Amino acid sequence: MPELSIETVDLTRTFKGPSNTTVKALDRVNIRVNQGEIFGLLGPNGAGKTTLIKILTTLLLPTEGDAYVAGFHVVKQASELRSFINLVSGGETPGYGILTTRENLWFFSQLYGLPRSIANLRIKELMDKLQFAEYASTRMHKLSSGYKQRLNLARGFINDPKVLFLDEPTLGLDVLSAKNLRQFVKDWVRNDTEKTLLLTTHYMAEAEEMCDRVAIIDQGKIVALDTPESLKNKLERRRTVKLEVRGSSSKFGDLKQFSGVLGVSQSQDIQSEISTLKVLVEDESVISEVISRISQSGSKVISVSKTEPTLEDVYISLVGRGFEESEAQSTTQ
Amino acid sequence: MAEVLRKVKPKAQPSEISRNLRAAYARAWVRVKATKKEPLWAIAEITIPLISVGAYVFLYRALNAPPSFASFVVIGGTVIAFWANVLWNMSAQFYWEKETGNLEMYFVAPISTMAVLLGMALGGIINTSTRALSILIIGSYVFQAPLHLSDPIAALIVFILTIISLYALGMLFASLFMLYGREAWHTANLLQEPVYFFSGFFFPITGNRFFPFAIQVAASLIPLTVGLDAIRRVLVLGAGLNQIPLHVLGLVAFVSVLLPLSKKGLDFMERLAKKEGRLTLRWQ
Repeated sequence: MPELSIETVDLTRTFKGPSNTTVKALDRVNIRVNQGEIFGLLGPNGAGKTTLIKILTTLLLPTEGDAYVAGFHVVKQASELRSFINLVSGGETPGYGILTTRENLWFFSQLYGLPRSIANLRIKELMDKLQFAEYASTRMHKLSSGYKQRLNLARGFINDPKVLFLDEPTLGLDVLSAKNLRQFVKDWVRNDTEKTLLLTTHYMAEAEEMCDRVAIIDQGKIVALDTPESLKNKLERRRTVKLEVRGSSSKFGDLKQFSGVLGVSQSQDIQSEISTLKVLVEDESVISEVISRISQSGSKVISVSKTEPTLEDVYISLVGRGFEESEAQSTTQ
Repeated sequence: MAEVLRKVKPKAQPSEISRNLRAAYARAWVRVKATKKEPLWAIAEITIPLISVGAYVFLYRALNAPPSFASFVVIGGTVIAFWANVLWNMSAQFYWEKETGNLEMYFVAPISTMAVLLGMALGGIINTSTRALSILIIGSYVFQAPLHLSDPIAALIVFILTIISLYALGMLFASLFMLYGREAWHTANLLQEPVYFFSGFFFPITGNRFFPFAIQVAASLIPLTVGLDAIRRVLVLGAGLNQIPLHVLGLVAFVSVLLPLSKKGLDFMERLAKKEGRLTLRWQ
């Protein structure tokens, strides 16, 4: 029986919204993450992923409920816990621009009380492994965003944490840098069973590639939790059909009104005016009705294809819409 | 990777004191290192106060004021360097640290934020002392302002008390600036000139017949006013500690009140920030 590394019990967090309203960022969240596991939190922006990570890293107090990380209560034992964790937020580069990468890492190592000799060895190893040793003497403000992100990640490992929290770690990275980063992080967990990684992402492929288990979070609630394979298997006969359509998607109306359509996700290329619709259906027979509705609206269906089920399809089947629609909805709320 | 990290593991977890001391040292080191990398800043920070000092010295000379007035002004110009440092690099610092994401890293790390503030203060004192000394030496030489170092121990004690009370005020402001929640430079600007005026950087406050008594008392609530007056009495008028007991007591009182208050302010700010989520919100 593996030891628990992270546990939340009915964790709830509310914020004050506009005009004295209350916004529930987390709603009775219960998760249990084992040691040695890469656990993914998947959801659109505004779903509550970052709020959960902030609570687990002692940066935010929960409104209700409890949370434990590495055996410590995140509120009552926050000081004891901090030696064993670290946090890397994608798109952010903590540190001092005027200092070199090596100097920045040395500075952060001192926040964990590392003796100089150990800190220097660790910095060298991290810079080698993350492939930015040639920039050791470059000032941080002169680094490209990809190298800044490597530096940020190296900072997260500087105290060799037991539990590492990665909040959208590949945000804004080029494809190759993101791939290297994912491999590095996977190796770190696989080579030591005492390590645990909690990753938040809204990149479905990233979650599928990296995570042992995934929790899908929507509007502060965990709507599904399982391995990526099991989640996809739950779709059973349900299929996703991808339609490429020329013309404005606003004319189609709500495609979910067709019996058998479980959810729709759409994106539009503004330049080519081609909309890509992902329609999750109970049974493929309903697709002909969908195509005919699109044609009646004056738009033209360019292509139709079936796709292998992905985590995004799981998300659509659970909440009835795609990430982009969810993000747009949370922005307007 | 884990193998590598295991190989370079410390034998035991560092103690709380060791972590906090290392963090304070590292934060001070950032300050000193940054200054070394940008020497032009130091030149500007020495030259600009000298220009203001020069303006006042020439004004007093035109009015046939006694030579000691030039010394008063040079000392005022010297201490300005510390006030500017406290205001911009202590009080406003947590605000900048929040914007860059560093503040979150301080809160996630197993250290007290007081250690970070202490490091900022030490680094600031080291950097600013060099500049202040340069202003004092260059100013007294160029403007021929007479200084009497008849009691160096008194001068040192008064200087240390003034600096500690000033930086303790900066530590308190660091929390208040964050709680206030407005962009830090506006708050810093708001405090800069009034303190220049009321603490008497370029003219003495105590015994100044143009300042009503009530204003003199109110101005004495600024540690800088008391410290500056004490330093002037020791360095210009040749006073010993026995001649400025109220100043010494006042500065000790400032230190005794401001240091614990800054700790309380910091704890309150941290708690509130976590409760309301202010740590996660930028430009707030």
